[in-house]
Amino acid sequence: MAAAEHGEQSFIHPMDQFVIKPLFGGGEVQLLSITNSTLWMAISVLGITALTVWGTSGRALVPTRVQSVAELLYGFVRQMVEEVAGEGSMKYFPYIFTLFTFILFSNMLGMIPGSFTPTAHIAVTVTLALAVFITVTVIGFMKHGAHFLTFFWPQEAPGWLRPVLCVIELISYFVRPVSHSIRLGANMLAGHAVLKVFAGLFAMVIAGGLGPMAVVPLAAMVGLTAFEFLVAFIQAYVFAILTCVYLHDALHMH
Amino acid sequence: MATETVGELIHEAAEPHASGGLPQLDFATWPTQIFWLAVALVVLYYLMSRVALPRISETLEERADAIADDLDKAEEFRRRAADAEKAYEQALAEARSKAQAIAAETRAEIQTQVDAALAKADAEISARTAESEKRIREIRDEAAAAVITVATDTAGALIDAVLPEAQDAKAVASAVKARA
Repeated sequence: MAAAEHGEQSFIHPMDQFVIKPLFGGGEVQLLSITNSTLWMAISVLGITALTVWGTSGRALVPTRVQSVAELLYGFVRQMVEEVAGEGSMKYFPYIFTLFTFILFSNMLGMIPGSFTPTAHIAVTVTLALAVFITVTVIGFMKHGAHFLTFFWPQEAPGWLRPVLCVIELISYFVRPVSHSIRLGANMLAGHAVLKVFAGLFAMVIAGGLGPMAVVPLAAMVGLTAFEFLVAFIQAYVFAILTCVYLHDALHMH
Repeated sequence: MATETVGELIHEAAEPHASGGLPQLDFATWPTQIFWLAVALVVLYYLMSRVALPRISETLEERADAIADDLDKAEEFRRRAADAEKAYEQALAEARSKAQAIAAETRAEIQTQVDAALAKADAEISARTAESEKRIREIRDEAAAAVITVATDTAGALIDAVLPEAQDAKAVASAVKARA
């Protein structure tokens, strides 16, 4: 239907869904513009607040459904921090809980058709990863002082190899925020783009009059949607668990 | 949805800058994203660390305490039940031993009575036996004496009848005595 009106050009741009648009006024995006990204970040924050603040306000001994979900989430993140980041990491539990829930809700809410996924943007994931990188590095230096630098000096390696390994260690340390942010952003971007591609294919097949053939992209979309839900969770989990790993390195140095 | 998408497409066509390349690499949108992300994270961190997490942790602790209390109470009741059972067992054992003691006492009492009766009977029997023996001995002695008398008399009479002149009572008596 729409394809006929629009002509030859590809029917749906898979990347259009990522365009940042001001919600009010239009025009150029300013620093303080309320954009679609802002809206969905706010919805994430409100959703998390609803779940963990409003949902637990009863403090029931026998939890309600919402309360037990909040408690489950709490227990899940707490166990992860305890097991991965190790001793002395409980101080940073709220920080990791904030990161994990924010990414999880952004990813999951992004699965709603027509919604926006702030975590599909490199700007957001780079900020998150840099925040982790800077925090963890500061913690490392605060806890161990200049001794933290020996983290990059492999004691157990043979003497002549140490400078080489030190360079490698330094590079791998500074590459951390890059991989940390790109992994999350690219996963979200690619998943949503692929979904959109199949959706476009479906619409094109229908518009092209090949009706029954549309089952193929439709089936692919159903499968991909399920897969994307998994990815949405896994990527939030991976981000949080890597944060715990980095925190462990800073607290305990290997 | 479809009409919306078409609307967007037309919009895109009118604004060529947005359709060129990834929206992610449109650095003009970075400051606002980073600003609002920072705001969102600070607000969320504040709410989580001040309200949500302490509350959930408290609730979980209270629940764990309540469960531990209940377990303690259950343990207390179990202990009390065990005590009651022990007391019952003890009472039972005491009663049993008391019963046994009473039975033994009674048995001993009866035994002494029986013994006394037996002794009395034995004594009576032996007394009677002795008396009987004494009487038998007396009768035998009397009979023996009578036999001697009768023999002496008979011998005297015989001698008197055969040899009246040879009557000698003394000799007869001594002869009978020697024969007896």
